[in-house]
Amino acid sequence: MSTIGIVDYGVGNVGSLTNMFRHLGAEVQLCRTAEDLKDSEKLVLPGVGAFDHAMRQLASHELLEPLRDYGASGAPLLGICLGMQLLLDRSEEGDLDGLGLIPGESKRFANDGAGKLRVPQMGWNTVSPAHPSPLFSGLESDNRFYFVHSYYVSCADREDDLGLTTYGRPFTSMVQRGNVVGMQFHPEKSHTFGMRLLTNWMTM
Amino acid sequence: MKIPPRVIPVLQLSDGFLVKTTKFGNPRYIGDPINAVKILNDKGVDELVLCDLDASAGRSSIDYELLADIASEAFMPVGYGGAVSSAAVARRIVELGIEKVIINSLVERDPVELEAIASTIGTQSVVASVDVSKGLMGRRSARIRGGSEQSRYDPVGFARLAVEHGAGEVLVHSIDRDGAMGGYDLESIEAIAKAVDVPVVALGGAASDSDFSAALAAGASAVAAGSRFVFHGRRKAVLITYPDQSTIRRL
Repeated sequence: MSTIGIVDYGVGNVGSLTNMFRHLGAEVQLCRTAEDLKDSEKLVLPGVGAFDHAMRQLASHELLEPLRDYGASGAPLLGICLGMQLLLDRSEEGDLDGLGLIPGESKRFANDGAGKLRVPQMGWNTVSPAHPSPLFSGLESDNRFYFVHSYYVSCADREDDLGLTTYGRPFTSMVQRGNVVGMQFHPEKSHTFGMRLLTNWMTM
Repeated sequence: MKIPPRVIPVLQLSDGFLVKTTKFGNPRYIGDPINAVKILNDKGVDELVLCDLDASAGRSSIDYELLADIASEAFMPVGYGGAVSSAAVARRIVELGIEKVIINSLVERDPVELEAIASTIGTQSVVASVDVSKGLMGRRSARIRGGSEQSRYDPVGFARLAVEHGAGEVLVHSIDRDGAMGGYDLESIEAIAKAVDVPVVALGGAASDSDFSAALAAGASAVAAGSRFVFHGRRKAVLITYPDQSTIRRL
């Protein structure tokens, strides 16, 4: 199994993610510097909380250019929850630029439409593949993942939509552009389903 | 695909160990919390609740280190209850990787602070526990401070007050039925489910799948249990179990 790097930039608890990858048999390294990123055969960018705060934290750890370079290198890069949103160009939530690895932006769920939509979405929901992919092996139907978010991504290039979920309206819950993959939900809080998905990702 | 109802194990902590109470008293040693979480991970449990009995009763402060360890081990969302007394405490708990906080005494003692908690971490992360007991006269009352004090409010009033001040979920917890495995307090569950718009979770007395079904039929959105998941058999041997997915779908 390869070494999975998890970007540790002071945003959220990377514990569950680290433990889940170890549980799946991977070697995990927490990455705090550009040097650490270079040692990772595959990289995970987690994130919880506010967009601008996360981008500022990445900047202060001098990880912005190294992450952009990593994304351009072709090595597998996985963004989770806010980490996925950081991969895009920008977000309605903040003023700073994202990493720009996937064209598009994040938008807030609106409390409009028939029936009040509770924001954030906090709970289990399913993901439908936008097109077939080895990432969905064993998860094509009958899956569920744990979501906690107020913003959702909107890709400029529809080809980058990998998975769709409905919460009041359909939205993109998984993205892929080449080697860069994103998941809106928390696979590390989605027990057996998360484990399967991360196993699939590791064998990509 | 219809999402199955949530079936939530409740783990009680005392002095860093897992215990199980009866009527909120007589804690019996169960084992190590981290080990229990690992077992529950393997069983694909959807959600977990942790209650720190010492913190609730004011005997100790919140064990943040243990909570961080448990949050790191858990492959599912976790809720925590016990001495959650302010927005700062709630934020700290959520930043450790815990998804929800469970409040009880605060509903009566300081509803304004409850509002502050809800605006800090979101109403969806705030669960109000209504601890229900039938007094000598047979009338139900709500209790606070780990069940040691009577609330000014009756259970329905307590639940309404909590929701008005920001609780996004209500846990209906029967003190009398706690640990007895004699079925849930269905009357309280039904009354509170009718009185509030937020999801209601049943706790206290579950012994079997038919108890879960009865609570769901009475209006609960989710079912929680302690003894049902940590004990096995008449002699109550310690064994952590959890129903499989096909059973949960049929509830």
